[in-house]
Amino acid sequence: MNRKEILIELKKVLAPYTESKAMLDGINEETDLIKDLNINSANLVDIIIDAEAQYNIEIDFDAAEKMYNVGNCIDVISEKINKPA
Amino acid sequence: MNNRVVITGLGVVSPNGLTIPDFLHAIRNGVSGIRFIPEYADLKFNCQVSGIPEFEWDQLHNYITETSLYGLKGKGIAYGIKAALDAWTDAGNEIVSEDTLWETGCVFGSSVADTDVIKIAITRVDAKESKKLGSRVVEQIMNSGITAYISGRLGLGNKIINNSAACATGTQSILMGYEYIKYGMAKRMVVGSSEYVDRYVFGGFDSMRVLSRKFNDEPEKASRPMSLSAGGFVPGSGAGALVLEDLDFALARGAKIYGEILGGSTNSGGQRNGGSMTAPGPDGVVRCITEAMADSAITAADIDLISGHLTATIADKLEIQNWARALARTGGDFPFVNSLKSMIGHSLSAAGSIETVAAVLQLKYNFVHPNLNLEDPIPEILDIIGANNLPTAKVDKVINTVAKANFGFGDVNSCLIISKYRNN
Repeated sequence: MNRKEILIELKKVLAPYTESKAMLDGINEETDLIKDLNINSANLVDIIIDAEAQYNIEIDFDAAEKMYNVGNCIDVISEKINKPA
Repeated sequence: MNNRVVITGLGVVSPNGLTIPDFLHAIRNGVSGIRFIPEYADLKFNCQVSGIPEFEWDQLHNYITETSLYGLKGKGIAYGIKAALDAWTDAGNEIVSEDTLWETGCVFGSSVADTDVIKIAITRVDAKESKKLGSRVVEQIMNSGITAYISGRLGLGNKIINNSAACATGTQSILMGYEYIKYGMAKRMVVGSSEYVDRYVFGGFDSMRVLSRKFNDEPEKASRPMSLSAGGFVPGSGAGALVLEDLDFALARGAKIYGEILGGSTNSGGQRNGGSMTAPGPDGVVRCITEAMADSAITAADIDLISGHLTATIADKLEIQNWARALARTGGDFPFVNSLKSMIGHSLSAAGSIETVAAVLQLKYNFVHPNLNLEDPIPEILDIIGANNLPTAKVDKVINTVAKANFGFGDVNSCLIISKYRNN
């Protein structure tokens, strides 16, 4: 799965957690989950849980801390997909 | 400082109505919300009927944000949000405010945090999958989840309190909100209570043999307060909410006024002299009612209607004896007495607030709602109250003052005195 494909999937994971639907449609690798999508910081753990289920991967604490914008999320997900736990 | 406190908004999630107009229609016409619950037959409960609101999650779409609704599983919280926000808009307010409303607070009660949500947590943790619980469990299993959701949505900044006093919870929450306004600590309070009786709480009561079991095939006849053939109460779920305001604050914004809280009392019999964990002590009950009348500066003769606790257990007879002692009135001189539980069952901590909403509607629209299933009143009750004062059909009558009381496990009592608002 390439970065563009992961981004399309990631949009679906993020959808339930943002009220900024128009912003979500236009996300790019620079989009900040909290600042741009107005996602409640407590919900970042839910996004990680959903991403783990979506991609059948495990995201550890250290990796999770890096997931604050779309690009970081894609980094972590693509790394885990390529090296399954 | 003794500010007058008026009621400016009502909301309800009841087994016989999910909006104030539907609920008003139901209580005028004696519409029962008690139904047979197949799940309870499967579970081998003795009581297989319940009062459950016809609530669907979709109904919350316009109440909270989509992100907040996603992941909300607690029905007690859901009922409370709907009732509270309905009361808020009924009072003429917008749901979303930019800024914190420092003058407005919330006292909203509950008895058991939602065990459906607790069960999710238990199942996950025991399967060694706590990592998958996510961020939404804690906020829904904490007792104050209900006040956290309501106050957060409305931006309330005054006292935010989740109270719990078993079946006296609802009247107590209203009394607490009233007191904060009366003594100048708040201008406006969103008050009420909610209850979702899940299978585990239901099972606990069922095991105590205090639930109705003889009318499983005739659900609408199962809840029979004050009836000789009553054999226990019917559990129910729901929520009731009111917006209380300082009179001047309400007048300044041109709010419509349903009625006035004249006063009230909450106390305990101390589980002495007939009082126990499960039974209200007569002295505490009588004292609670007389204190409520004194706080309201009324006499017993002023009371037109008693909205009783009256659950359909052996305690009904004792309750009537206590009212008679407190009011020193008997026979045809006794106030009208009714029990909303005959239509919707006993919704535990939500009972007091739903019944207070019903009491306010009877004041506002001048009627006494019928007691269902009271074709055979307990003779000892008829020795105290004239049969005409236990209406089985709606009575149209000017109602100026209602006494509303509830009594809960732990021997806790709450009584409110509510009247028409008079500009004097």
